[in-house]
Amino acid sequence: MSRTLLTGNGAAAWGARLAGVDYIPAFPITPQTEIIETIAKWIDTDEMNARMVTLESEHSMITAAGAAAATGVRVFTATSSQGLLYGMEMLYSVAGWRAPFVLVNVSRGLSSPLTLEPDHNDILAARDSGCLQIHCSTCQEVFDSMLIAYRLAEDERVRLPVIVNLDGFYLSFTREPVEVPDQKAVRDYVGSYDPETTLFRASAPSSQGVAVLGGGPYSYFRYELHLAARNALRVYDQVAEEFGRHFGREHAAVEAYRVDDADIAFVMMGSFATKARAAVDRLRDAGLRVGLVRPRLLRPFPEAHIKRLLKGKRGVAVIDQNLSMGLGGVLHSEVASALYGQDGAPAMLLSFVAGLGGRDIADEEFFEMVAVTQRAIEKGEAPPPRLLYTQAELREVRKLQAIAHVEYEELNRASSANEGDRQ
Amino acid sequence: MSKTQTKQAPVSEAKVTVYRRMKDLPSTHLLGSGTAMCAGCGGLEALHEVYDVIGAKSIFVNAAGCMTLLSVYPFTPFRGSWLYTAMASAPAGAQGVRDALDILKQKKLMSAEEDMEVVVLTGDGSAYGMGLSSTSGAMERGLDFLYLCYDNEGYGNTGQQYSGATPHAARTATSKGEHGFAGYKKDLFSIWTAHKPAYVATVIGTEPLDLARKIEKAKSLKGPRLIIAMAPCPTGWNFDPQHTVEVGRLAVRTGIWPLKEYVDGNVVHTKVPHERVPVEEYLKLQGRFRHLFEPQRDETMLAEIQARADAYWDGVTQ
Repeated sequence: MSRTLLTGNGAAAWGARLAGVDYIPAFPITPQTEIIETIAKWIDTDEMNARMVTLESEHSMITAAGAAAATGVRVFTATSSQGLLYGMEMLYSVAGWRAPFVLVNVSRGLSSPLTLEPDHNDILAARDSGCLQIHCSTCQEVFDSMLIAYRLAEDERVRLPVIVNLDGFYLSFTREPVEVPDQKAVRDYVGSYDPETTLFRASAPSSQGVAVLGGGPYSYFRYELHLAARNALRVYDQVAEEFGRHFGREHAAVEAYRVDDADIAFVMMGSFATKARAAVDRLRDAGLRVGLVRPRLLRPFPEAHIKRLLKGKRGVAVIDQNLSMGLGGVLHSEVASALYGQDGAPAMLLSFVAGLGGRDIADEEFFEMVAVTQRAIEKGEAPPPRLLYTQAELREVRKLQAIAHVEYEELNRASSANEGDRQ
Repeated sequence: MSKTQTKQAPVSEAKVTVYRRMKDLPSTHLLGSGTAMCAGCGGLEALHEVYDVIGAKSIFVNAAGCMTLLSVYPFTPFRGSWLYTAMASAPAGAQGVRDALDILKQKKLMSAEEDMEVVVLTGDGSAYGMGLSSTSGAMERGLDFLYLCYDNEGYGNTGQQYSGATPHAARTATSKGEHGFAGYKKDLFSIWTAHKPAYVATVIGTEPLDLARKIEKAKSLKGPRLIIAMAPCPTGWNFDPQHTVEVGRLAVRTGIWPLKEYVDGNVVHTKVPHERVPVEEYLKLQGRFRHLFEPQRDETMLAEIQARADAYWDGVTQ
């Protein structure tokens, strides 16, 4: 076991290397590219015994990943944002093949407007694909989740692709100390992949991804997929508990921070939740009993953990780093559906949208969200979803627009003056 | 088609082929019957013949098209394996399967006897359009696979709308106007050969000996090997299913569908129709070209189609 400084991308690559993956179909996209560059280097220097192939698109990349997994090898792949959406058709398809592999998504806001910085609209677009999702908040967690993800994906009760999500820039390019266990320790935990009957062999012909006729067989297979994903709740708890025994680090399906005696809880996913965690300490210093609930597992949705952790809270502020246009935050509605009608459910469930395209969330904004939640509790009425934005930010955008306007008029004046010269 | 690329087939069939005469063709047929394909399907005819030569030690990686309906749960006419992918990415599916089989062999997790020929099976809709990028990628990576495109010159499974493979003047569900389809059939053979793969050939089910020899040759090679099978389509082209063979033979004899192969950088025509039959003999059998004959003959269009066929063969060094 060694402790070393790794970026989130580096941690993901180390996870794939030590998990002993056989095959990496790849396609570059910012901010994921460092992962495949790192793996390519290890293959070139014989530090990693695997085959990497760069496909011509993410759609082909995910097809190849699923096809190789369906043939019986251990597969890793990675993408981000536009790439995840370009391959979206195949995410749904390969989940139906029940061929396990691990895909890292480095979250990045979706076009348009085009950006490189993170939010979760990309990964949430894959929410209903049948691929399971683990959301990370630190580089250590990225590494650990890679190993947990292989155990989860390959478990015979599950057999589904798992997406490990880390936020672009904030994790992908940020160096943090990461405990990297030795190869043997990882092999002892992850084990070798036994595809059982999920394979193609000359002596054992099989058909995959075939058409069905009618809603009966279709529903049968779609329900099977759902039930396998539900099995993953129990399997996750088991493999995470086993991970704790092997490596001494706990990764519950839902992380709880200072929640037990809290009046108000934040609910938040990903690396920005570390901002909420830091804010919880300062809010506590200010005498406010606030905690943080952070789902690591989004699919399957761990509603039992959510219900248990939020039971009896006076108010809950769900901070979504995504925006479902015309509705609001996605996690908010998922938490609401888990809590509705439950004994001891918090009376107030507020929705805040923040962190889109990497927009920072300042300490005072966490204080303000608590204040808004307290007022809602007192009033007994939840306000509509809040889209976090400051006067200063608006002023900056107005300034950009004003500059562009002035430049445009200056150029027009200059060019019409030139026209005049020529006449 | 440039003259320099083209040369005539050697007169003597020097290379050893097990298919010297019609009676050498396989007498037992591997592909099961009772599929959902239409009566008289020229694509299925070609697939039957291809499968007999390839054999059951194969996995067919399919893209969305008519033949996706060959394997409908829980039945399949294939004795080997099948993987349906999506419309655009069957060659990428073949990449994943091929790579996985190679990894398993290399790591001694699978014996060589368990290996299979990886065969992509798509229609023209995928091959000429949506799947072209993934086919190009597979070729540039030198993927060891066989690609069989059954080309019925339109999006047949959705009711024959025009595709990049539709010939000029053909009426389709989306080109029902007076003059039919305004575009021209894309030259997929040349697009494929521009990648310099191991092998490219055109075939048709109605020339089974030519087809069997080409599949036999493709099977003996490594790397990307791609086949376009013209697939006369009774429902899409609007002719009686009993005429599939006649339509197919006329496609070759009129010179509309040149039978050729690309190997080692050379294009060889494997069956040159001498005394080419006028193209209208081929066209008039098909409802999709009826507007060229009724209510009156469209002499201009018929002459144009004839001229294009003639120009093609004028470019073939004989």
